[in-house]
Amino acid sequence: MTTQTTATDTATATSGKHAGLIGIPPKAGLALALGGSVLTIISTFMAWTWTSAFPGDLTVYGYPGGLQVLVLIGGILSTLFCLAAYGVKGLGWLVPAGPDAAIKLATIATFATAWYTVLAISFDLGGVVNLEPGGYLAAIGSLAALLGAFALPFERPEPDPYDPDDTGWELFKHKAGYKWTTFKAAFATGTPRRVGKLPSYVEILIIVAIMALGLTVFTYGIGTEYDELFIGFLITAGLGFAALSKAGLIAQASQITARHQNITICGAFTAAALFPFTQTDDQYATIGVYILIFATVALGLNIVVGLAGLLDLGYVAFLGVGAYAAALVSGSPSSPFDVHFPFWAAVLVGAGASLVFGVLIGAPTLRLRGDYLAIVTLGFGEIFRITANNLDGTSGPDLTNGSNGISSIPNLNILGFDFGAVHTFGGFTIGRFANYFFLMLIVTAVVVTVFRRSSDSRIGRAWVAIREDETAALAMGINGFRVKLIAFAVGASLAGLAGTVQAHVTYTVTPEQYLFAGVIPPNSAFLLAAVVLGGMGTISGPLVGAALLFLIPNKLQFLGDYQLLAFGVALILLMRFRPEGLIPNRRRQLEFHEDAEPPTVLTKTGA
Amino acid sequence: MTTDTITTSTGQAILDARGVTMRFGGLTAVRNVDFTVNAGEIVGLIGPNGAGKTTFFNCLTGLYIPTEGEVRYKGNILPPKSFKVTAAGIARTFQNIRLFANMTVLENVLVGHHTRTKEGFWSAVLRLPSFHRAEGASRERAMELLQFVGLDKKADHLARNLPYGEQRKLEIARALASEPGLLLLDEPTAGMNPQETRATEELVFAIRDKGIAVLVIEHDMRFIFNLCDRVSVLVQGEKLVEGDSATVQGDERVIAAYLGEPFANEPGGEEVAEVEAAEAAPGKENDR
Repeated sequence: MTTQTTATDTATATSGKHAGLIGIPPKAGLALALGGSVLTIISTFMAWTWTSAFPGDLTVYGYPGGLQVLVLIGGILSTLFCLAAYGVKGLGWLVPAGPDAAIKLATIATFATAWYTVLAISFDLGGVVNLEPGGYLAAIGSLAALLGAFALPFERPEPDPYDPDDTGWELFKHKAGYKWTTFKAAFATGTPRRVGKLPSYVEILIIVAIMALGLTVFTYGIGTEYDELFIGFLITAGLGFAALSKAGLIAQASQITARHQNITICGAFTAAALFPFTQTDDQYATIGVYILIFATVALGLNIVVGLAGLLDLGYVAFLGVGAYAAALVSGSPSSPFDVHFPFWAAVLVGAGASLVFGVLIGAPTLRLRGDYLAIVTLGFGEIFRITANNLDGTSGPDLTNGSNGISSIPNLNILGFDFGAVHTFGGFTIGRFANYFFLMLIVTAVVVTVFRRSSDSRIGRAWVAIREDETAALAMGINGFRVKLIAFAVGASLAGLAGTVQAHVTYTVTPEQYLFAGVIPPNSAFLLAAVVLGGMGTISGPLVGAALLFLIPNKLQFLGDYQLLAFGVALILLMRFRPEGLIPNRRRQLEFHEDAEPPTVLTKTGA
Repeated sequence: MTTDTITTSTGQAILDARGVTMRFGGLTAVRNVDFTVNAGEIVGLIGPNGAGKTTFFNCLTGLYIPTEGEVRYKGNILPPKSFKVTAAGIARTFQNIRLFANMTVLENVLVGHHTRTKEGFWSAVLRLPSFHRAEGASRERAMELLQFVGLDKKADHLARNLPYGEQRKLEIARALASEPGLLLLDEPTAGMNPQETRATEELVFAIRDKGIAVLVIEHDMRFIFNLCDRVSVLVQGEKLVEGDSATVQGDERVIAAYLGEPFANEPGGEEVAEVEAAEAAPGKENDR
């Protein structure tokens, strides 16, 4: 093809290669961003509305409340980044990858939260008339900061030469494509400098600080009392995280945590164990324990899907088998067996039953590959639910009590510690769900250990090899069927293990808890979504994915019937823009973004 | 140039295929082929496209079970599963590279070592001293092999990031990690430049010097005739000739199979009619 190249667009040529998205001089832009951010901070100490009808009491002068706190955090973040851009001493560490993109995202976070609040007030109360000066100040300040940030210079991409014979539509597509690349380039950031070797105690202190921050954010998110605050939290947390990541802090943090993996994992568990102590009543510990159950099962599924690459669409059935098995031997009055096993025996029974079930399902199905396996596991998941529904004494032998399920499962009692009672430790009240939270945390630790150790071993490598190329793996002497069956069985028994605890937490096990897709996690679709959303083949990915997938439907009750729709849309968007998940395995990241930076050296098994 | 090693096959036959026939429905892809590889030998298998080389190759690696005849490795009939064949001691590489692209170079070789280690799931989870011993030994062995093929500096790189020639080398290292007695190379120099081909030649000789017999399928005639002690020619599913390089190179039937028979007389009336019919056929393709 003969392509004549025309001269580059004269408009961009004159405005220079280092101009911002909007035509304000960069120096004025930075000043504007700083000024706007400071104004926003000030505004959070003022009243935003006159009535306390809007939740969170935004009517007081002197201290921020509710959504104002989130705006304040965003404002402080953007102010700090701006000051770092001015080269203020002692703040340079905040922006190891350059301040500009970080300022942009931080101001977007502040702007989005502030304007969301202002708009929510106007809509809820019926008109902008309900805004006090503080509200206007916040809106103006955050907008000014945003405009200022967008005036910051960035490296414009070279415009592609276009073919003058193109039709109008092709030309339009070409121009739109260039605009989009320019827009993306505005948020490009440098590679952060590597963290030098710090004394170990400093690095450990940093890890502790990161964990404390994580715990704070999680506790705040789980404790948000009304929809507006939770949405504001999602906006601030998501965009704030993006800002920190653009600043290069996330990359540096992961370098440090990678140096001390064991300490990081211990720290994460300690932080999680501290969660019940931050709560005054059992309300949020309930959510905590359900999240943990969901996350643990998702992590078990990650062995099957993420490591061995077996798409299992009926995984929740193994959770159900474990829960039913534990319920049957729990001494519940509706169980046909009049036995009451101690917990350790119930765990063995639950995990063992799931293991047997997993092998029984796996043995015939694992000879299939890809799509066929997914369909068969989907079928088996449903078979489990329907069977449990029918074993009620009328359509089959009386085993599961049909759709009523096995109810009144007694609370656990391990070594005299009654899980149903409220305990007090040094002034902290620990309720029933908090007790189970601790127990579940131990189960999670077991699953994490199994995942980590097996993935970095002969069997884990065989799983990954099977996932990568089954034919080549077989030719390397790997007994594919056997190795896949082990993955399937291990995944099944870990889910069964979680099931034994779940049965006691929920008091009742019914078939309807183990659907393929439903509004309440865990179900097979949500489990798989948690793995994919979080990041396949990683440990933290499914944990984060599960927490988000549980919290969002739980907090946004007003979505009602549209929850599944919103969930589907969110998943499609994620798969379009970030197919490797929120916390990508480094292998996966390379797989999906071939053009990304080429870190040829992969030191750790991407855990 | 490397000297042709024209050693007469004194070693014992480790691979012994007798009367191997492979039919797919009505099509006979391989017909009654006898074939042996002796210990310490480099044997070449050549033939024009569609001659049944790959089918025969698959019969040797457990992917196909011959319809008739049998393949024995060190006296035992080959098991019908490819992983069992590898465990028995026959390792292979692939014509189109099939590395585990998202694993590191070292991990690829460790996967190759799979059949020679025993550590199972429980050993991995419990991490007893025996696990660390076995893992350490595997890694040491893998690093030795990487050094042997010259990739030890790149042990931590992802396999997909290696240049083409090094991916070929890594595939050989991975196959060697299964400690084979016989190595099957399926077109090891496909897509290589002359320098890389020379390096591969050296590598194959070095492998032979380790006491591993090698069977090579190749299109590159110079490579084959430099390398092999013995060459078999497969044409239309049947073994045409077997012998040392000089014998095969000079054989008229081989030349005929590759280049076609010289016209002994005028084209027969039949062919003329065929050509005319083709030309007279309605030129639909030409109209387009």
